Amino acid sequence: MKRFFDAELETFRSHLILMGETSFRQVRDAIKALVEANIALADRVIAADDEVDQLEIKIDDEAIRYMNLRSPIATELRFVIVGMKASHDLERVGDEASNIAKRAVKLAAEPPLKPYVDIPRMAAIALEMLRDALDCFLHLDADKAIAVIKRDSEVDAINRQLYRELTSFMIEKPETISRALELMFISKSIERIADHATNIAEEMVFLAQARDIRHTDELKKSEPI
Amino acid sequence: MPGREAARPAATALPPKIRVRGLDLFYGAKQALHAVALDIAEKKVTAFIGPSGCGKSTLLRCFNRMNDLVDGVRIRGEVLLGGQDIHAPNLDVIELRKRVGMVFQKSNPFPKSIYENVAYGLRVAGVSQKAALDGVVEKSLRGAALWDEVKDRLHESALGLSGGQQQRLCIARAVAVEPDVILMDEPCSALDPIATAKVEELIHELKKQFTIVIVTHNMQQAARCSDQTAFFYLGKLIEYAETRTIFMNPANAQTEAYVSGRFG
Ligand SMILES: Nc1ncnc2c1ncn2[C@@H]1O[C@H](COP(=O)(O)OP(=O)(O)OP(=O)(O)O)[C@@H](O)[C@H]1O
Ligand SMILES: [Mg+2]
Repeated sequence: MKRFFDAELETFRSHLILMGETSFRQVRDAIKALVEANIALADRVIAADDEVDQLEIKIDDEAIRYMNLRSPIATELRFVIVGMKASHDLERVGDEASNIAKRAVKLAAEPPLKPYVDIPRMAAIALEMLRDALDCFLHLDADKAIAVIKRDSEVDAINRQLYRELTSFMIEKPETISRALELMFISKSIERIADHATNIAEEMVFLAQARDIRHTDELKKSEPI
Repeated sequence: MPGREAARPAATALPPKIRVRGLDLFYGAKQALHAVALDIAEKKVTAFIGPSGCGKSTLLRCFNRMNDLVDGVRIRGEVLLGGQDIHAPNLDVIELRKRVGMVFQKSNPFPKSIYENVAYGLRVAGVSQKAALDGVVEKSLRGAALWDEVKDRLHESALGLSGGQQQRLCIARAVAVEPDVILMDEPCSALDPIATAKVEELIHELKKQFTIVIVTHNMQQAARCSDQTAFFYLGKLIEYAETRTIFMNPANAQTEAYVSGRFG
């Protein structure tokens, strides 16, 4: 039976989709701005962070209102809670994109330390994870969510490798320290983005199966650096 | 609620359908309502909530002067319906009750056919052409989301309907005379969750056309169906605001205790 407030849930869902798309675009553009030393694009990313923040506020508000007035239960309750958490992760993804864009502006003023290969590769994986995590949300696909979670270690591995590489740069040529540090932070940001995608995927498993797989050995996570 | 200042939630576009000012009601020596003042918004759903005996039904019955039928009732203060004083000496009470229909807690269909239950108010008003009655019966049953379930058995007894269907039949009966206001006193308390959901859905539809005041003990129901909520305690209006405010951020500690089930 259709209910008069089903439309509210649809609005909530479409705001989440919009937020997912917006934060995805932010990350993609931040990396593009970095690789192309495109300051104008980086500035646009920084300016657009507010859109993501506003969506988070809207989504929180809708979720609280829905829980308060519509007394959702079962799948619907999980959906609203998970949606709220996912929006928090997406907001952080947006923040990381904005951080990357700020560093891209600084780096654009100097010659590149080395050709951008690992960072775009790492970012491509993180973006795929983000997109797939959002997809599971739309289709309640727990298998896909688990596949996302498993990819987190790929990003971690590249991050660790970059860390070692950049450390040796700094030791050998101290004049590269500031640039290498910026790149380390960017690499860390991408790694965080993949973590947020992983969180969203874990939340999706909970949504689809009411099973909490966080902090369990079910999916062995990679070690920190 | 001090003085004669009316409680009124955030500004609404239309002037209030019902205006209550300084309303006191006594059953003999016992005062059941104390200086109640509030405005009921047109084409909205207003919920009355509060613990048993706080005066919700009493106030509801004031709106169509049903309390006149109770011995020893004394009323002071003002109730305006669309700007008109319902206690004015020249007011036609029968006419008032046509404008302000009522649906009760226990569905009370007459022991007649489904058709006759809905047509009743019109027959009383002197309508007798079959075509006119047929039209209104169908429209009202559709309006009460009951038509599809009963269209093939219109001339069977209303008492053969399920509780939820009977309640929607009573709503159809109220709707048939095209009132301005529909008062509902715990309309779902005898219904199962599915029948309740249907009535709630119906309430949401009906407010496009009617002003609705509903008394309920079900907090979720008040939260789901109403636009404004008034909380009463011991015959006094304690808080009146947008439903969202009452359930999310009530100003009064008693309201909060009541809506969160921690009363007393
Ligand atoms: N006919 C009556 N004669 C005397 N006292 C009455 C009468 N009807 C109601 N009362 C009293 O007036 C007060 C308010 O009653 P009312 O029925 O309006 O409460 P209510 O809020 O609708 O309660 P409930 O939730 O139990 O229906 C109560 O103390 C009740 O005992
Ligand atoms: Mg009552």
